[in-house]
Amino acid sequence: MSLLRVENITKRFGSLVAVGGASLTVEPGQLYAVIGPNGAGKTTFFNLISGFLTPTSGRIIFNEEDVTNLLPAKRVWRGMARTFQITEVFPELSVFENLQIAVETASGFRLRMRLSPSEKQKVCARTEELLEISGLSPKARRLVGELSHGDQRAIEIMMALALNPRLLLLDEPTAGMGDQETHDITQLIRRLHRDQKLAMVLIEHDMRVVLHLAERIMVLAEGCMLAEGTPKEVTSNEAVQSAYLGTAAA
Amino acid sequence: MDRQYQKYVGDFIIWSVLLTMPLWLHLVGGYTPLGTRVLIMALAAMALNFLLGYTGVLSFGHAAYFGLGAYGAGLTIKYLIPNTLAGMGVGLIVGIVAAAIIGLLIIRLRGIYFAMVTIAFGQVFYFIAYRWNNITGGDDGLSGWSRQPIDLGFFKIDILHDEKAFYYFVLFFFAISVAIMAAILRSPFGRTLLAIRENERRARFLGIPIDRHVWMSWLISCTFVSLAGTLYALLNNFADPHDLRWDQSGDFVMMAVLGGMRSFWGPLIGAAMFVVLQDYVSSMTSNWMSFIGLFFVLVVLFCPRGVLGIIRRRQVQ
Ligand SMILES: Nc1ncnc2c1ncn2[C@@H]1O[C@H](COP(=O)(O)OP(=O)(O)O)[C@@H](O)[C@H]1O
Ligand SMILES: [Mg+2]
Repeated sequence: MSLLRVENITKRFGSLVAVGGASLTVEPGQLYAVIGPNGAGKTTFFNLISGFLTPTSGRIIFNEEDVTNLLPAKRVWRGMARTFQITEVFPELSVFENLQIAVETASGFRLRMRLSPSEKQKVCARTEELLEISGLSPKARRLVGELSHGDQRAIEIMMALALNPRLLLLDEPTAGMGDQETHDITQLIRRLHRDQKLAMVLIEHDMRVVLHLAERIMVLAEGCMLAEGTPKEVTSNEAVQSAYLGTAAA
Repeated sequence: MDRQYQKYVGDFIIWSVLLTMPLWLHLVGGYTPLGTRVLIMALAAMALNFLLGYTGVLSFGHAAYFGLGAYGAGLTIKYLIPNTLAGMGVGLIVGIVAAAIIGLLIIRLRGIYFAMVTIAFGQVFYFIAYRWNNITGGDDGLSGWSRQPIDLGFFKIDILHDEKAFYYFVLFFFAISVAIMAAILRSPFGRTLLAIRENERRARFLGIPIDRHVWMSWLISCTFVSLAGTLYALLNNFADPHDLRWDQSGDFVMMAVLGGMRSFWGPLIGAAMFVVLQDYVSSMTSNWMSFIGLFFVLVVLFCPRGVLGIIRRRQVQ
């Protein structure tokens, strides 16, 4: 039973075809990468999966349920979490509060006026655990807006993780980062995949980051699927080599 | 730890000042009803700020619910039951019901569109009060009634003739309202609202149904504004169509911004400055609004986080 099936999905903005008939299947626990140059339609593809946009045609099946027209929040409740290409966090709150809010939401406490001591304890323990995993514990009391770009990215990923998702969608997690930060985030993703058996789809424009990370890769170019398969299959694909690798590997 | 301590000291000072105000206000040139007015305006501004500062939604039509509370209380006492608490109850319910319904209609709008539509709805109520002469008194306002002494059976409080008693009557409702709002903001629900203020997109993709939460915040905010409106009518023994108008809404926003909309007590400070300045300057010139306007511009230019924002910043450094 596959976790996510995207069937021949299309999105048009006026006359522009941002995504033209892309399909993919993600199995539980799989690490999947979508790559392609800027403007290829990767973010639009993510927006369709997560419900930020509704498709012009095609279907999205999550956990054997058709979620094509479901609101974003409802997809989150069913186990789909995402991050954004441009980091989206709560800048004027502390690192701890950022994660605490995610944990409380995931625990179904978002409407509660008070928590019992044991519930409070649970929220606190889970928040501490997420801080620990990301290595952000020493910065727990700092305001997120004061932290480095890399730290903010890590916080966003941990907020998504706090939702206990079955599928995590990461839009260019290493965008705009230096070598060290890219390395750190890549290690974090690798650890999450290994330790939590979490299925992930991540977008990258740099193929080198992905080759060592992903189990399957889809290549998008101008909204169309150029290739799909294991890293080996994709790198040996001629269309990909001429259209993409030729420049990226140079 | 330190932060927490400072907060306790701040709370202690504010409550001490409010509790003792009628005892010393005349020594500094004030008078008790002026203190009462500060409390009522502060309640309205803090209620507005629940939505503005803690949910990130700007309303420019809160006077509508303030005025509905005022007219609800006044009309009830004048025509139905000469009972202060009954009048307050009716005013409060009218404000809440109107806010609940209007909230449903406008909650999908954001930013400036939301603000504009809140003004539009506010003006509707203003024109009703203005035109419906034989009931509301029209442009002259609703007079010919007064707040009634509170009769608790075993004990009577003459809030009509005893200004100090009325001050403490208002302080009682102020304290309850403020305590409720503070408790909400400390709760998981309050943090959900903060999340929406901070980043709506992130909040939505944490699985928070944004519109529903904004509606609840709007309703809570309007509830306390309506309560403030009922108290305001009681203070003046009068309901004024101006209480409903958009410039009154603007005054509430100004108070919140003056005092600092990121701090819980900011709007109280803003309301105190506004009311005192208005009282003082208007006794010298009828053009008092330009003084307040100038003051407002200076505050916004030199401390965009309001007056309490300066103190806060100095503490951090
Ligand atoms: N909301 C939108 N309205 C109109 N055009 C859009 C919108 N979002 C994306 N596009 C266009 O769709 C194409 C794909 O964009 P995007 O999905 O962001 O690409 P990528 O993430 O691969 O860089 C681009 O040409 C972009 O300008
Ligand atoms: Mg993109």
